[in-house]
Amino acid sequence: MTGKSKWIQLAVLAIIMLVLPFFFPSGYYYRVGALIFVNALSVVGLVILIGYAGQISLGHAGFAGIGAYSCALAPVHLGLHPALAVLLGAGISGVLALLIGRPILRLKGYYLAVATLGFGILVSMILSNERGLTGGPDGISVPGLGLRPLLRDMGLRLSGGEFWYIVNAVVLLVSIWIALNLYQSATGRAMRALHGSETAAKTVGIDVARFKLQAFVLSAVYASVAGSLLALQNGFITPDVAGFMHSVEMVTMAVLGGVGSVLGATFGAAILTLLPQILTVFADYEQLVLGFVMILVMIFLPLGLLPSIAARVRWRGV
Amino acid sequence: MKFTMTAIATLLALGLTSAAQADIKLGASLSASGGAAFLGDPEAKTLEMLVEEVNAAGGINGEKIELILYDDGGDPNKARTFATRLVEDDEVVAIIGGSTTGTTMSILPVAEDEGIPFISLAGAIQIIDPVRPYVFKTPHTDRMACEKIFTDMQKNGITTIGMISGTDGFGASMEAQCKDVAGTYEITIAAQETYAPQDADMTPQLTKIKSTEGVQAILNPGFGQGPAIVTRNYAQLGIDLPLYQSHGVASDGFIELAGADAAEGVRLPGTALLIADIIEDGDPQKEVVAAYKAAYEEKYGEAVSTFGGYAHDAFRLMTDAIARAGSDDPSAIRDALEATDGLVGTTGIYSFSADDHLGLDLSAFRMLEIRDGKWTSID
Amino acid sequence: MDALMQFIYSGLTVGAVYALVALGFTIIYNASDVVNFAQGEFVMLGGMITVFAFDAGLPLPLAALTAIVATAAIGVALNKFAIEPARGAPVVSLIIITIGASILIRGASQVIFDKQLHRLPAFSGDDPIHLLGATLLPQSLWVICGAFAIFIGLWLFFTRTLLGKAVLATANNRLAAQLVGINTGFVMTLSFALSAAIGALAGVLVTPITLVSYDVGVGLALKGFAAAMLGGMGNPKGALVGGLLLGLFEALTAGYISSQYKEAVAFVVILAVLFVMPQGLFGEKKTERV
Repeated sequence: MTGKSKWIQLAVLAIIMLVLPFFFPSGYYYRVGALIFVNALSVVGLVILIGYAGQISLGHAGFAGIGAYSCALAPVHLGLHPALAVLLGAGISGVLALLIGRPILRLKGYYLAVATLGFGILVSMILSNERGLTGGPDGISVPGLGLRPLLRDMGLRLSGGEFWYIVNAVVLLVSIWIALNLYQSATGRAMRALHGSETAAKTVGIDVARFKLQAFVLSAVYASVAGSLLALQNGFITPDVAGFMHSVEMVTMAVLGGVGSVLGATFGAAILTLLPQILTVFADYEQLVLGFVMILVMIFLPLGLLPSIAARVRWRGV
Repeated sequence: MKFTMTAIATLLALGLTSAAQADIKLGASLSASGGAAFLGDPEAKTLEMLVEEVNAAGGINGEKIELILYDDGGDPNKARTFATRLVEDDEVVAIIGGSTTGTTMSILPVAEDEGIPFISLAGAIQIIDPVRPYVFKTPHTDRMACEKIFTDMQKNGITTIGMISGTDGFGASMEAQCKDVAGTYEITIAAQETYAPQDADMTPQLTKIKSTEGVQAILNPGFGQGPAIVTRNYAQLGIDLPLYQSHGVASDGFIELAGADAAEGVRLPGTALLIADIIEDGDPQKEVVAAYKAAYEEKYGEAVSTFGGYAHDAFRLMTDAIARAGSDDPSAIRDALEATDGLVGTTGIYSFSADDHLGLDLSAFRMLEIRDGKWTSID
Repeated sequence: MDALMQFIYSGLTVGAVYALVALGFTIIYNASDVVNFAQGEFVMLGGMITVFAFDAGLPLPLAALTAIVATAAIGVALNKFAIEPARGAPVVSLIIITIGASILIRGASQVIFDKQLHRLPAFSGDDPIHLLGATLLPQSLWVICGAFAIFIGLWLFFTRTLLGKAVLATANNRLAAQLVGINTGFVMTLSFALSAAIGALAGVLVTPITLVSYDVGVGLALKGFAAAMLGGMGNPKGALVGGLLLGLFEALTAGYISSQYKEAVAFVVILAVLFVMPQGLFGEKKTERV
């Protein structure tokens, strides 16, 4: 990938984000758009971990949970502004990832999967058991950001959906920009080298453990920020945000869209966020269809939806 | 001539569309799948059945009801999205739903912001306390269930109990409320244990409670398989103390799952629905519960549950309010809803007011005991 | 002392449930290096199909047999239509495929069966057995004995039969196995059929204790997976020991420390074991080929 293609990718995404609202028949579509962006944010983090560095995690929802509950708890107990709570959550997630990453990332394949899974389960268990602090399984309300009333006073009236559509879009674009820069950097190249073969990377002198850890910490911070944004825009969260199914959902979005590319992963997030909204008519069959789609894509489009489609288009074009 | 024909056709078409639009759009977001499906599934079935029934009888004030039902799978995030969709895209006039406290609290701000009357089917007291203009609920609060149980314990001279509760939302919320209110009834909770929703064996927890000094009875707030397994382990360990279950398992299915032998003597606070067959003739609720039970069991071939009853009551309250409001203007429906006085439901008899959006008191609960594999009233 | 015995019985019962699920993982893993996250759904199907066949009037043993055969057929279909076409895909794709299969099976069961909880009558009644001052249900003995029987069967299969060795050879080096004349396609089919059948049998055995509904599979698969990894994936001994240990940890934690954090303690122990022994208790170290 060249420097030019980075800007092309960003521009394409930004234009789509700008143009889409002109086709929105109602405010509800802003809400769905905002959700897609927030999901895409955590998925971009997983692209760095899975797509670049070749490591797997079935526990990243744990970091999303930390981000989300930071926004619920820090303003009440520490008097922090919710926006600072997002940073606090990201900081906690990053440090935690640093601490557990070292021993966990020595594991490979399924052993790494079970270790990360265990981490995620521990986080969600603490969130749901420490009722006095977290509100338990029933959940807890999250204070508002306070930015919307401020904008209103300045004469800019935005609905909740519109506001979060804009905020999440901007955050997503920035995070994609960071991920794309990383891809081209020396660090990114080292990560991709160890994805190919750890042993080979080691023999050419790459500090495998360090780059794995960097990818893990970065993806944890992404997931945490996504969790925070989700909490702030919903105004209410439950420990499900840290649950196993949320971890699986995140990985599925990444892999379905195409874990090798940032745009692909965003596309995956869009598809999986939209699917339940489209399938409401067949609510009973939603799970069935979802499972079916997951299997089919993995078999027939092993690179993920977007890269496979792109490859086909390119092939025809030649 | 041709012009007139076109004009008439256009008018007809307009007339038809406006007639179609005159349908009253009722929205619902329920947890028909996922971990809370035991709540949402009977609720969804009940709403679908009742809408059919009302439409077959000519609708409300001559207008048909169109039910727009979404399955949020118990996910508060999805519930909020569906609530937004119901209000902004489907343009419903009222919302029923939120099977769980988490989903209810996510729907609530949407209903409040947009001024859409909303009846929740979840237990937590925080839904209606403080009172919000557009938010109502049909189930008793968990606190009321605790109060009913503690009243019965007091009557039987029980002062020290052990508690074993599920770590799911239902169990954890009720556990907290019971701890909160125990002091008022001079009851000490000497032992406190929990289990995860899918645990297969609770004998360690029960053994611990059993060996705790002074415990006179055991209370098990929870739903699903947990309480059935607790009841069976109770029999296995031969514990000779009264066992109190919660309204979370108030259905015939519980007796079947726990086994009639193990369930013998289990007490819980339930609604009139469970004892529809043996309810006294003069009872104001008799007709309502009998009709609902018969219709539901006939249509779906499964036993009614308390939770389906919550949806039944919410639907009756809402349609009654729409009928009295005489329009489908959301704020008019809200006003009519708040003026509800003495509406008979399966859960109890509802009377709302400006500072009470639950409208039930303790009398709505009945203390039930399982005897010979059947529910009996012991009030 | 009596309390300790009660905790141990509880731990063994629950642990045997985990072990039964974990044992199901081993065969597929041994044949194809795939951890089948749909294993829990096989257990669910075993329970659900038996319940519905039993309610339809079939005698219990026949209902159980129907369930085991039907589930084995579903296992074969899973291999044929989802695993085989994705041969050579990376671990993360295989995880998504089997999780997809698990969601698919759950979704189908919810439509075909129902969302209610069901139970089966205990095979030998509900009268508790008093032993060393504590009590145990006869069904627990069925589950514990079932886990040991399947373990012994698998162990004999992998060490004493040609077919079992063919399965291991296929996992080790597919091409080499083909070269020495092993029909690797048949080995795969057989592995999935056996794994699914073991899962279904587990479902039949545990349903009288745990009850069954369309969504019990995920929880069982997670615990079974954790147990298998604790013991070392692919080793029947690891699956049995891992399952029983996990159950005992939970029961003893619930009995002596905190019932609220019993699962947390179990996972902390698993993490600790993996840090010290990255291949689990009985796993073999594999070297990466460049």
